[in-house]
Amino acid sequence: MKQDNQFPQWEVFLQTKNGGPYEHQGTVHAADKKMALQNARDLYTRRNEGRSIWVVPTECIVASTKEMEEEFFDPAQDKIYRTPNFYKMPKGTKNL
Amino acid sequence: MTEEEKAIQFQQRIDAGEKIEPRDWMPDDYKQTLFRQISQHAHSEIIGMQPEGNWLLRAPSLRAKKILMAKIQDEAGHGLYLYSAAETFGIDRTEMIAMLHSGKAKYSSIFNYPALTWADMGAIGWLVDGAAIVNQTMLAKCSYGPYARAMVRICKEEGFHQRQGYEIIANMSAGTREQKEMAQDALNRWWEPSLMMFGPHDADSPHTHNSMKWKIKVESNDTLRQRFIDRTVEQAHHIGLTIPDKNLKYNKETMHWETSPINWDEFWNVVKGNGPCNHQRLNHHKKYHQEGQWVRDCARAFEEKLKSESAAIKSN
Amino acid sequence: MNTKEALINYSLRLADNSMIAAQRLAEWNSCGPYLEEDIALSNMALDFFGQAETMYEYAAQLSNNNSTADMLAFRRNERQYLNCLLVEQPNGDFAFTMMKQFLYSAFAKYLYEALSASNDETLKGFAERSLKEVKYHFRHSSEWLIRFGNGTEESLTRAQYALDELWRYTDDLFCMNQIDEELISTGISVSSDTIAAKWNFTVKETLQAANLIIPEKFNVIKGGYNGIHSEHLGHLLCEMQYLQRAYPDAKW
Repeated sequence: MKQDNQFPQWEVFLQTKNGGPYEHQGTVHAADKKMALQNARDLYTRRNEGRSIWVVPTECIVASTKEMEEEFFDPAQDKIYRTPNFYKMPKGTKNL
Repeated sequence: MTEEEKAIQFQQRIDAGEKIEPRDWMPDDYKQTLFRQISQHAHSEIIGMQPEGNWLLRAPSLRAKKILMAKIQDEAGHGLYLYSAAETFGIDRTEMIAMLHSGKAKYSSIFNYPALTWADMGAIGWLVDGAAIVNQTMLAKCSYGPYARAMVRICKEEGFHQRQGYEIIANMSAGTREQKEMAQDALNRWWEPSLMMFGPHDADSPHTHNSMKWKIKVESNDTLRQRFIDRTVEQAHHIGLTIPDKNLKYNKETMHWETSPINWDEFWNVVKGNGPCNHQRLNHHKKYHQEGQWVRDCARAFEEKLKSESAAIKSN
Repeated sequence: MNTKEALINYSLRLADNSMIAAQRLAEWNSCGPYLEEDIALSNMALDFFGQAETMYEYAAQLSNNNSTADMLAFRRNERQYLNCLLVEQPNGDFAFTMMKQFLYSAFAKYLYEALSASNDETLKGFAERSLKEVKYHFRHSSEWLIRFGNGTEESLTRAQYALDELWRYTDDLFCMNQIDEELISTGISVSSDTIAAKWNFTVKETLQAANLIIPEKFNVIKGGYNGIHSEHLGHLLCEMQYLQRAYPDAKW
């Protein structure tokens, strides 16, 4: 084991306040789970940004590509009936 | 789609102001230019810890010590964000470090000058970070998503870096005779190297054309340098320091400060490895990288043991 | 020694412990085994510098003689410093530093836990805040010890060497002098006996998990709280206090 290594890469997600979403911050390198969590804490919460952290091995991330963009996402463009403003309410309707 | 068509489409996306993401198609040159630039930027952050680290243990007050420590730590963090952005090209940090050690990858030449007195902590924050901020604010608009995102975060965090440097220099300029001398001396030594940080003149800069076309850079070296000069000259005068340039003068028509020609022989000499600290900086990095090898081996071996143990439990 | 004098000296002891520990950790700057750990070491150093500042300020405030936190940190000499011997020991390799950090943070953890019940409000507040920090230091360093002990032969050997060398300074952590007598009797601080018992239990538990063996024979060295230090401290102060000593009239 004389070969150099910088450990596997992990993706870091941070919840900045209780109840909020976990948002992607960036990556760290770490040999194990505990180390990944601590390295993420030491790097990404230096300015009191965090309340909770997730770390996920980078190799577990699956991503869509630019080529997939149109067929994946454009079909949702014309489904405006999914938004509340699509519907006309009779005048004077309340609490709806 | 042919490569040529892909290239045209790529350029259209750039022109439309879209960001390019790691898994998108991109020309090899774009990839290589960015990888070189981001990894060198990362190395610069890391090597840049050394001149300031030289004064960390001697910082003159509790406040100064905490600030300097936090600043150097930020640089380590920023190096990490940038390595992370460079790794999106599929090249591991291990490899990048090997490139730094072999001399294949460079870092900013500014860090090959020695930090001789405490006033240098002021000068580095004020001038070196000041120059870096001008450059990085521009890079936050770069076309490559991971680089631009890293830059946004870095710019936000570096908000205090230049201010703390200027505060040190300003306090010393208003201090005892010895302190004032130290402050002026530091400005004298760091002024020209900081102007060189923006790189060669546009006409002599081999990468500028492509970098601008691809929106890796959105402003030229000379434009950025002039912005830095205009800001910094006024800041120096404000605290009673003299810019070490006999030819410095304000041009009322252009509304810019004009300076002497930069000594580019000196610049290329340091880039080629002949600066006062090139050897020292790289050796330091190699030494501690090697000394840390057993720690990394240990952590790796431990993780492998954990994995095989949990595999054994599962198979039972 | 009256209560106030005792409290000033006790605050200085706490401040000096943190200050010297921080200065030693700061030596790791740009020398860590990899980047993430470099950042972790800086975080711990910053925690300690903050603790030191709080306690120096308190001591300065109590002294009532125009002294400041900076004067207490940068203008006292090696016989006036009251830190324990463990924190001033040179860093050695990463295993040595982590062992030092482990032995010290286990101590600080139980000390601050106890001081969180102090009837001195400032000390109580300081202990409550600092406890969170040293708990993290303890977690970080004990996990490293377990990696050393279960990693490679080399890491185990290095960690065992560190333990053999540093164990001799651990009795010093629990020494008590007239400062303690005064403050225990007034409910401001606590006897180290209970802290020592908890420390022993926790430390042994982790060392065992790390396959490390406490040395049977070692020469016990004590004296830090009375200002009797190892030769290393003078050199550390020399560097740390250089600017304040060389330019006594300057403000930074």
